[in-house]
Amino acid sequence: MPAIITPNKTDQERKRRLEDHDGGSGRRPPTDKRTGGGGDGDNWNDRSHGRRGPYERLHRYRMGIFFALASDLMFFVAIVSTFFVNQSASHLNVYNHFVDTWVPTVIPPILWLNTVVLLISSGTIEMARRTMFHETDVMDEWLGLGKPITRRALPWLSATIVLGFLFLAGQWIAWRQLASQHVFFRTNQSSHFFYLITGVHAVHLFIGIAALIAAFTGLYVSRQLENRQILVDSTAWYWHAMGLLWLFLFTLLAFFQ
Amino acid sequence: MTSIRSKNFFKTYIATTDHRTIGIQYLVLALISVAIGTLLSLLMRIHLVWPTWPLSHPILPEDYLAIVTIHGTIMLFFVLTTAPQAGFGNLILPAQIGARSMAFPVLNASSFWLTATALLILLSSTFVPGGAAISGWTAYPPLSAVPGAGPGQGLGMDLWLVSIALFAIATTASSINTLTTIIRNRCHGMTWERLPLTVWGWFTAAILSLIAFSVVLAAILLLLCDRHAGTSFFVPNGDLVSGVIHHGGDGSPLLWLHLFWFFGHPEVYIAILPGLGLTSMLLANFSHRKVFAYRTMITTTLLIGFLGILLWGHHMFVAGLNPFVSSAFSISTTAIALPASAKVLSWLATIWRSKPQYTTAMLFSLGFVSLFVTGGLTGPILAQPILDEYLHNTFFVVAHFHLIMAMAGVFALYAATYYWFPLITATTKHPGRLMSEPLGHLHFWLTLIGAYAVFLPMHLTGLAGEPRHYAQLTGIPGPGGSLSPTGLLLAQTIPLNLHITYAAIFLATAQLLFLFNLFRSLRKGQFATSNPWRATTLEWHPAMNPFPPIPASDIPVITVHRAPCHYESTANGDTSLPQWTSDPVSQISIEDTTNAKPE
Ligand code: HEM
Ligand SMILES: [Cu+2]
Repeated sequence: MPAIITPNKTDQERKRRLEDHDGGSGRRPPTDKRTGGGGDGDNWNDRSHGRRGPYERLHRYRMGIFFALASDLMFFVAIVSTFFVNQSASHLNVYNHFVDTWVPTVIPPILWLNTVVLLISSGTIEMARRTMFHETDVMDEWLGLGKPITRRALPWLSATIVLGFLFLAGQWIAWRQLASQHVFFRTNQSSHFFYLITGVHAVHLFIGIAALIAAFTGLYVSRQLENRQILVDSTAWYWHAMGLLWLFLFTLLAFFQ
Repeated sequence: MTSIRSKNFFKTYIATTDHRTIGIQYLVLALISVAIGTLLSLLMRIHLVWPTWPLSHPILPEDYLAIVTIHGTIMLFFVLTTAPQAGFGNLILPAQIGARSMAFPVLNASSFWLTATALLILLSSTFVPGGAAISGWTAYPPLSAVPGAGPGQGLGMDLWLVSIALFAIATTASSINTLTTIIRNRCHGMTWERLPLTVWGWFTAAILSLIAFSVVLAAILLLLCDRHAGTSFFVPNGDLVSGVIHHGGDGSPLLWLHLFWFFGHPEVYIAILPGLGLTSMLLANFSHRKVFAYRTMITTTLLIGFLGILLWGHHMFVAGLNPFVSSAFSISTTAIALPASAKVLSWLATIWRSKPQYTTAMLFSLGFVSLFVTGGLTGPILAQPILDEYLHNTFFVVAHFHLIMAMAGVFALYAATYYWFPLITATTKHPGRLMSEPLGHLHFWLTLIGAYAVFLPMHLTGLAGEPRHYAQLTGIPGPGGSLSPTGLLLAQTIPLNLHITYAAIFLATAQLLFLFNLFRSLRKGQFATSNPWRATTLEWHPAMNPFPPIPASDIPVITVHRAPCHYESTANGDTSLPQWTSDPVSQISIEDTTNAKPE
């Protein structure tokens, strides 16, 4: 029996091919993009964080938003699974009769319109997001020639805010219509879910609109292009996710009741 | 003058976004919580065996239940979830990956204050009319869905739900932060395979938090609707609670169990995963060995996390699951024994025939291994639906989870505190301090003996049939004034229960030694060198330690050259090769020893 059963040659220094921008991290960054511009062998990845090039913060925030959206997805998964469980529930009454109490809620047709509005708003915010990264405009800003990016992004952003409010107003009308048919939150199992799902989604959109307004003011106030890019970019991804989520929720409510 | 000071105090300790201070804030919060939780547990133990002391009459069963609930909630959420993951995660994690800060400092601070608010709300529920919630940390409906179900189920239950909801939001935010930090802020050369296993533990626990806490948040939202908005997601039609028949839709209490345990089981792994990583690192560090099978340890950490999501049903074997579903959950639960045993094997192989340096931190890590094994052995037993039918809701389960989660988790926290104390106490003016080792040794042995003395006998009383959540073991009346069969059965367990209570008092008292050591060492502890344990991981890098002294922008660029836990034995003793030194000479000498033929 050897005295030491821990092998002592499990890892060695990886060879770094500096000329190839290999940071030694095992994965080589694309040579064209991530160079630090400091000449041979300079690589963003070699630097300590905080000094890794113009998109470092942007990518960090984007990743944070994606993680937040992942956990939000689990939140809705939980609610939707509850929907399916309750939908298939039933009970035996005192006469031993099988009673299925599920009464599907017929969705108000205006939801179709709302869905279209939300989809269009995803398009407008994507336009706003893309203008933030137009290379010539970025260059102009960098040279101090005004704020062309803000000028171009503002209309798209405003359009999105308007569409967002339109969607919420549409949802409000849908609730009023249901209420006028005497379908309320507490009416039956399926109406619980209709109001709950649309309500929780509307709360998410409110947060989205708040973020849009923050981005809107940010475009005016912030001088740093990076901040503005982060604001619009993060909001845009959140908004897209809410649109996608709504497609699923709408399909659920419209076709799987 | 004083006003400036106090403003500075406010800025430095309260409204700070410095990850290190936030880590300490979390640790202080956990320390306060653990003190309250321990006092409550003593109250329960004393009441179980001396019902008429110190009051002249037994406390009401609902009061006992309220104590159980607050004890469990505080310990699990506010101690074992906050301290390892958010406390040490903030204090140590960035330094260990060579980062200057967490990814989102403001979010970090908000998470802490949200957590603190959640704790305050939980504690305040004791003082509202009806008192605190009484349905345990699992809050099963219909007891939790119907406000009239018991004294604490009104406002107390609402506050409990709100508190846990806030806690869930805070923990989600903090795990977003942890994940982004680990992925984006590592320093140059810190590849995934070179990450210390502690970081892998934090990483996996953060993924689990992200998945699990939003599910419990949704469940709480639904439960609050049931309580206040006239829905019935969790209450079945025709259910009779406290003399009131429930009319409404066909809700299902089983649904809550699914949602809750989908969260609850990952939650207990969130509590223990950082401890698993820390144990690997400390054992290797103090026995001056590499971690045995480093890559496999990374894999098992991830595997434990992954399997941890798939086995929630083992808490529901007697809840009316389809028996086939029980079998599936039984298999997935038993499967987790594989990565867990792999971890134990690696720990043993790492220290095998080494001559460890028995510091207090090392002792607590060894204690962790011991508790993890003893607590773990009962796991596969409980994972058999047939056996669990008898054991569920007995003290056998209480013994199981206290050994493997509560005690092991606390041992990991102690190991971390003794080990990282120099980093906690370092300031700009003086280097960090060490905690007293003799006192630490004494504390360790007393705690180890106490832990086993309290929780091993619980297996026996559980096998004898002692149920959980019973306020009284004596004098349960049967028909005609005689003792009921239950009463007789429980009376038999009294001698052992007496022993457990004495042991619990002993165990709790021994912790005063730790508090004494802690507070004394904070001011009088011996100064430490910059790398007192000759550790190899980055938090001991001279530029990181003492940490926040140099403004972040002045920290030199840190580069990592190798995996952690490289040691060399030379003629004049062992030397460690920290991750940050690039020492070509020693690099070559490593090659040499392996290529040399044994003599
Ligand atoms: C001095 C050490 C401790 C003692 C003597 C102790 C004792 C107890 C007792 C008597 C119960 C109630 C059992 C019942 O009636 O069902 C209990 C429950 C519990 N304890 Fe501890 N405990 C200790 C430490 C801890 C720690 C550190 C944790 C941290 C995770 C913890 C977590 C729990 C949990 C989760 C429950 C279940 C609560 C529920 O069912 O809602 N305990 N403990
Ligand atoms: Cu479990």
